[in-house]
Amino acid sequence: MSGSIVLQSREKQVAMLRKMLTIRRFEERVKKEFAETRVKGFVHLYIGEEAVAVGLCSNLQKDDYVTSTHRGHGHCIAKGVELRGMMAELYGKRTGTCKGKGGSMHIADVELGMLGANGIVGAGLPLAIGAALSSKYRKSGQVAVAFFSDGALNQGTFHESMNIASLWKLPVVFVCENNGFGEATPIRFHTSVKDPTIRASSYDMPGVRVDGMDVMAVSQAAAEAIARARRGDGPTLLVCDTYRYMGHFEGDEQKYRKKEETEEWKLKDPILKLKGLMTREGSISEKEYSEMDASILAEVEDAVTFADKSAWPAPNEVLEDVYTSI
Amino acid sequence: MQKTEATSKNLTFLQAITEGLAQEMERDKSIIVMGEDVRAWGGVFARFKGFRERFGDDRVIDTPISESGFLGAGVGAAATGLRPVVDLMFVDFFGVTGDQIINQAAKMKYMFGGKAKIPLVITTLIGGGVSAAAQHSQCLYSVFAHIPGIKCVVPSTPYDGKGLIVTALRQDDPVMFFEHKFLHSSVEGMVPSESYSIPFGVADIKREGSDVTIVGLARTVHQSLEAAAILEKEGISVEVVDPRTIVPIDEQAILNSVKKTGRLIVVDEDYPRCGMATDISALVAEKGFNYLDAPIRMVTSLNTPVPFSPVLEEAYLPSVERIVQAARATVSRR
Ligand SMILES: Cc1ncc(C[n+]2csc(CCOP(=O)(O)OP(=O)(O)O)c2C)c(N)n1
Repeated sequence: MSGSIVLQSREKQVAMLRKMLTIRRFEERVKKEFAETRVKGFVHLYIGEEAVAVGLCSNLQKDDYVTSTHRGHGHCIAKGVELRGMMAELYGKRTGTCKGKGGSMHIADVELGMLGANGIVGAGLPLAIGAALSSKYRKSGQVAVAFFSDGALNQGTFHESMNIASLWKLPVVFVCENNGFGEATPIRFHTSVKDPTIRASSYDMPGVRVDGMDVMAVSQAAAEAIARARRGDGPTLLVCDTYRYMGHFEGDEQKYRKKEETEEWKLKDPILKLKGLMTREGSISEKEYSEMDASILAEVEDAVTFADKSAWPAPNEVLEDVYTSI
Repeated sequence: MQKTEATSKNLTFLQAITEGLAQEMERDKSIIVMGEDVRAWGGVFARFKGFRERFGDDRVIDTPISESGFLGAGVGAAATGLRPVVDLMFVDFFGVTGDQIINQAAKMKYMFGGKAKIPLVITTLIGGGVSAAAQHSQCLYSVFAHIPGIKCVVPSTPYDGKGLIVTALRQDDPVMFFEHKFLHSSVEGMVPSESYSIPFGVADIKREGSDVTIVGLARTVHQSLEAAAILEKEGISVEVVDPRTIVPIDEQAILNSVKKTGRLIVVDEDYPRCGMATDISALVAEKGFNYLDAPIRMVTSLNTPVPFSPVLEEAYLPSVERIVQAARATVSRR
């Protein structure tokens, strides 16, 4: 990584810490809700990867765009989607972000530039370059961030989108959340290169590898890539090395990896890391941290209560929202 | 029936669609065109001819041969304030970009609880008759009609082509606009010079008759009209119904016609299984059974890939001859 250290103000650090902890607490609660069968379907948790979504999104404007993946809750929260609506969506309630029609893999809030989690690996990249093209055409200055994981490195959409974005100098940042596995398959068995950033050179754009467990590092790399995009200098590929603490999906027995490996990664926990830094710098006390945590837990509890108390959609709502007009 | 107005001119099917597109682009600056070779050639069959000169490079964008990438970009741009026209050269290529159409464009509005608009128009070529063989001759519109969330337009005349492309460009839903390549220059007609729109879901009775209803789409509308002229000499009066859009589809117009004639033939160039012929037949079997005086008949392509040799392709495609035979057979069951 090059360039000068972007100064991170205390407020920004507090905000990033809060966002990461919110994702963590939300996901922990989703895990419980799923285990107790109030949340159904396919659920992929973002626990462990919080620094990536937060490091990126804390450098975005409200009207910037993101596209996401099947593991999308973290991106939603980082982009500002309300917890109440998200939990209600996971419950399948009418008050959900998508009126109960999307669920975990399709949470979206277009007003907030959140163009959807996505059930199709690699499908978000073309959508992101489209949003970037739209922004460029409208001269709106908006940037689009495409989040995807290492599994998507080998989809045609990755290569097609990288090429088009570079060719048209689109304001987009490609963010590979390299958590080391595509489902049960380690990256060395599914990707031909050891260092995915070298693929950036094929498309004549910078490729930057970042410690994805360090939100300060992610934020700094993000700030540079986003500034480059906004200046009209084109796309960047960021590869953020991270790890998912939980299974691929809720219910995954994780026989394909050793417990010790997971435990080792947990020592690099992104939340503890930022908290440690802030404690050393004297910018947060243990008490302030506990208060923050308590207020987040209350927020999550409130979201669950909201979801639980919300009405189910009426069965005839199944027919709504297919077309704008017919 | 088509209106002809004072300021009409004779245009080919292709010219009419091009004119409709261009007039809409003049009116609405959020429309952009993306596709392979759209700048140099106006696309492979010159649908966008002269657009680069007229609308500039910002609005007429050459893409790499990356159908997933640029179709998906069209979806993303549509979700964020533009109204892209994305050219999928031949519908046969949808296999390389299927996800972006059927899982992204078609479903985003629904998955997002109605809180998205995808005003995307995908133009694409369909159909045989030019020895373009198995990967450049299919119709496949039934595949998209099968998927909720995409509107499907299958025009047959210059008048309809222009009016329907204008309507397509004023929808807030994804639209697939299927142009039969055989019709592009072989069909001409009078088209009003100014812009006009034709509502989706309204069939057109291309010929009125009383003995048998023939429902056709795209090129088979013309074949059905030819058959009707032959049958008229034999005393068989044919009504030709052109749904024009298959999503939404004008069920009532089809049922009304069958109620009047008591007989139905569906002529479709798409494959015979799970296609529009079976779909329309099922509609009438379910909702118009009591109107029928004879079994429904279907005249479709054969259940094979599209062959190359003109002799084989002729055997494969629905023909005027086969339509005439089907009509004679159904009418003989008095
Ligand atoms: C096109 C497609 N192929 C396969 C799947 C099934 N699938 C869901 S998640 C996944 C693994 C994705 O791995 P990665 O992109 O690394 O994301 P991670 O789960 O590690 O976040 C697979 C194969 C899918 N959803 N979409």
